[in-house]
Amino acid sequence: MTPPATSWQLFWAFFRVGIFGFGGGPAMIPLVRAEVVTRHHWLTDEEFADVLAIGNTLPGPIATKMPGYIGYRVGGVVGCIAAVIAIIVPMIVAMIVMLGIFSRYRDVTWIRGMGQAVVPVVMVMMAQLTWDFFDKSQAALGWLVSIAMAIIAAGLIYWLGIHPGWVIGAILLAALLRPTGKKKAEGTA
Amino acid sequence: MIYWDLFLAFFIPNIIGYGGGPAIIPLIEAEVVGRYGWMTAQTFAETLALGNALPSPIATKMAGYVGYEVAGIGGAFIAVAATVIPTLLLMLGALGLLYRHRDSPRVKRMSQWVRPVIAMMMAWLTLGFLLESLDTSGAIHTLIIGTAAAIALIRFNTHPAFVVMGALVYGGLIIP
Repeated sequence: MTPPATSWQLFWAFFRVGIFGFGGGPAMIPLVRAEVVTRHHWLTDEEFADVLAIGNTLPGPIATKMPGYIGYRVGGVVGCIAAVIAIIVPMIVAMIVMLGIFSRYRDVTWIRGMGQAVVPVVMVMMAQLTWDFFDKSQAALGWLVSIAMAIIAAGLIYWLGIHPGWVIGAILLAALLRPTGKKKAEGTA
Repeated sequence: MIYWDLFLAFFIPNIIGYGGGPAIIPLIEAEVVGRYGWMTAQTFAETLALGNALPSPIATKMAGYVGYEVAGIGGAFIAVAATVIPTLLLMLGALGLLYRHRDSPRVKRMSQWVRPVIAMMMAWLTLGFLLESLDTSGAIHTLIIGTAAAIALIRFNTHPAFVVMGALVYGGLIIP
């Protein structure tokens, strides 16, 4: 068994992860590992790998599932809450304060210019993510299936106006229920 | 009821969004900008830019800020809870079940099959940002900032925080 951890230790461990973890959830996993395995020995390397694998079987952000689970495991319900709060709350407060100041002075022309100039940057970041997801998708499913699924989904979501939740929900259900013969099905719903 | 809408707007993307925080962004955009109209494409882009420049998970930063914008502290709490709690409870509650299936081909297939759809929604969002920028800043500024950002991010692997700061300086000095 792992030695009991105080909620403070959990809080500070995940506070550090939250403060130094740039680049979104998946990029933060090595930092979580450094705190949980290397520094505090709350989990062994294998246990950590298992927690990560289990986290990836579920949807939603990995960077809150892992702290929540690890916090619960080593510090009970209080540990769970301490870990999750530590990783998310500081930067939410920073966002609210910074964007609050920004939108107060939105009418000043040069502040508005700053807001506008940021849009092409976000466009490039989103293009990078798009490429990253298409690339992983073609590695697993091939170009033809990936593009066919993307086009069908685009038609359903943007042309027919079906909520993306239904489209993705249908795909998840098909992936879960379809017998695991070798080949994969094309677009569903 | 605004709290219920907020809950749904963040619960749905997080319960279907396989692929971690970034995969959830286009799904959240579809709710926040597309369905409920709480934010314009411009303010969503600004929020995302700051979110990418700061550390910690992107999904909860977006939820906290959007929730606060829409319905104050209570709204922030609801949106973050809808993001974090459902999948965390599933993980704690169904651990044994999930553990047995962690290498299951079906589970792998779920995130694989969803990926092209997420990628397509990301492409759609990219296009939306392009149109927004052409509309507000014009083709020349869009081209200059976009090219500079692409070179900095892709070629030189510059930290997003510095790229966002560079754009802020450019926007403050040159666009007006």
